[in-house]
Amino acid sequence: MTDEKVIEVKDLVKKFGSFIANDHLSFNVHRGEIFGFLGANGAGKTTAIRILSGLSKPSSGEVKVAGYDIYRHAEQVKRHIGYMCQKFSLYEDLTVAENIMLYGGIYGMPGKEIKNKTGTLLESLDFTGYRKRIIGDLPLGIRQKLAFAVAIFHKPDIVFLDEPTGGVDPITRRQFWEMIYKAADDGITIFVTTHYMDEAEYCDRVSIMSEGKIIDIDSPAQLKKKYGSPSIQDVFVKIARPANNK
Amino acid sequence: MIRAENISMSFNGTRALESVSLNVDKSELFGLIGPDGAGKTTFFRIVTTLLIPEKGKVSINKLDTVDDYRALRKNIGYMPGRFSLYQDLTVEENLAFYATVFGTTVKENYHLISDIYSHIEPFKKRRAGKLSGGMKQKLALCCALIHAPELIVLDEPTTGVDAVSRTEFWEMLKKLQGEGITILVSTPYMDEAVLCDRVALIQKGRILGIDKPGSITGNFSKEIYAIKGRDKFRLIRDLRDRETVESVNPFGDSVHVTFSGNEYDENLLEYLEDKGHNDPGAELIEPGIEDVFLELMSKEEND
Repeated sequence: MTDEKVIEVKDLVKKFGSFIANDHLSFNVHRGEIFGFLGANGAGKTTAIRILSGLSKPSSGEVKVAGYDIYRHAEQVKRHIGYMCQKFSLYEDLTVAENIMLYGGIYGMPGKEIKNKTGTLLESLDFTGYRKRIIGDLPLGIRQKLAFAVAIFHKPDIVFLDEPTGGVDPITRRQFWEMIYKAADDGITIFVTTHYMDEAEYCDRVSIMSEGKIIDIDSPAQLKKKYGSPSIQDVFVKIARPANNK
Repeated sequence: MIRAENISMSFNGTRALESVSLNVDKSELFGLIGPDGAGKTTFFRIVTTLLIPEKGKVSINKLDTVDDYRALRKNIGYMPGRFSLYQDLTVEENLAFYATVFGTTVKENYHLISDIYSHIEPFKKRRAGKLSGGMKQKLALCCALIHAPELIVLDEPTTGVDAVSRTEFWEMLKKLQGEGITILVSTPYMDEAVLCDRVALIQKGRILGIDKPGSITGNFSKEIYAIKGRDKFRLIRDLRDRETVESVNPFGDSVHVTFSGNEYDENLLEYLEDKGHNDPGAELIEPGIEDVFLELMSKEEND
């Protein structure tokens, strides 16, 4: 991790009518950091991620992602990020190679570069044998690892992971996190959301949101110390429970 | 209460369950723990009489799931993994519908659900499709309970639900257990195993072990050390390179390590410092369910 900031957010507010989805969020994320973005259902995480990835504009506040201002250069922001979620990651009726070709193309990589790098990507995962297999026929664990590799194929500055390893077996889950560590070591910033607090423990720092606000932000170790908790799960239940308890 | 003997099942030649046997006692909270594709849902569909096994038998209170399915269905509440209530009916309409189907009324068994229903009652006029994940889950549980079954079968009720709602959900299950209801529940999340009376660990259609959570971890024969260092990527690599180290598994903010011959390497920290790790730490820890699962899984794969 370096001191260089790749996400800078200051007083971000997003309103939908009178509803305040993001209420003065301020935080920075550094290059090569693994940052966990936590919060209960409806806390405002998705709204914030849509803004950070250039899909929606804030009502007010300053947001810079990968050095680009989100108001003026949303298209540049989109080119410098990657995205993966568990529910939808790759096209199930395309082959492994076709998916890589498609996503590489979407992110503006030249065809020749895609061809050259596809082999390297598959070799690094030990997946060369799967090149021509249809995604839908592959086990979940292999798909998830591949989806992550595809999300960082164009060397983005930041990759957004939305509940990346839900339901995956414990061995595959660890291989997945080792891929994340490697990507972070290569200078890619990892921005993860998850409901599963044991995943939060893997992060360098986590923020916890409730009702549109960031309640706290720190390393998992510091948060556990501060709230006298044995786990992030326990910290989360202590501070993220909304007032109306629905 | 539940007796499953040598259940095997396959779909289009793919094995889903292989000789699964387990017993669940009356008023027990029994957990089936395993990843996606382990066979949890297939097993539950057989228990709930929705699927006929290729081999083996399941009986519930001595009633057979194939021969006596009609009698059994009156006594089982099933909450499938996918939200399966009527999205275009309101909360109260769904509940009334399920009560009617089972020949009872909401009023008659309201005492069973009143605790849970109170969380969603403010939204009773809302269509089920418009509820949040946590509320859908509570409504589904109410509908599975409304005919006062002796057994409820819950397929991954906490998947995709936030940590606060998950905690509340497990508290509700404990209360229902207190009412004498037998609960069979599945989850892919190892940390929920400790909340069950007994658990079965399942992987690729086979049971890896059945016991009380405390006994599963207590009988684990290997010493596990949690190694800490700032740069986890290099830490993992350097630990793998060390010949005294047997297994290396990242675990949140530390890396869990076992040593060959089960003997701690006294020179490990020095080795890590030589590799440039600043102030590394090693601590002997109690194994968790996930440590055991990883060990059993790697044993299975080597067999």
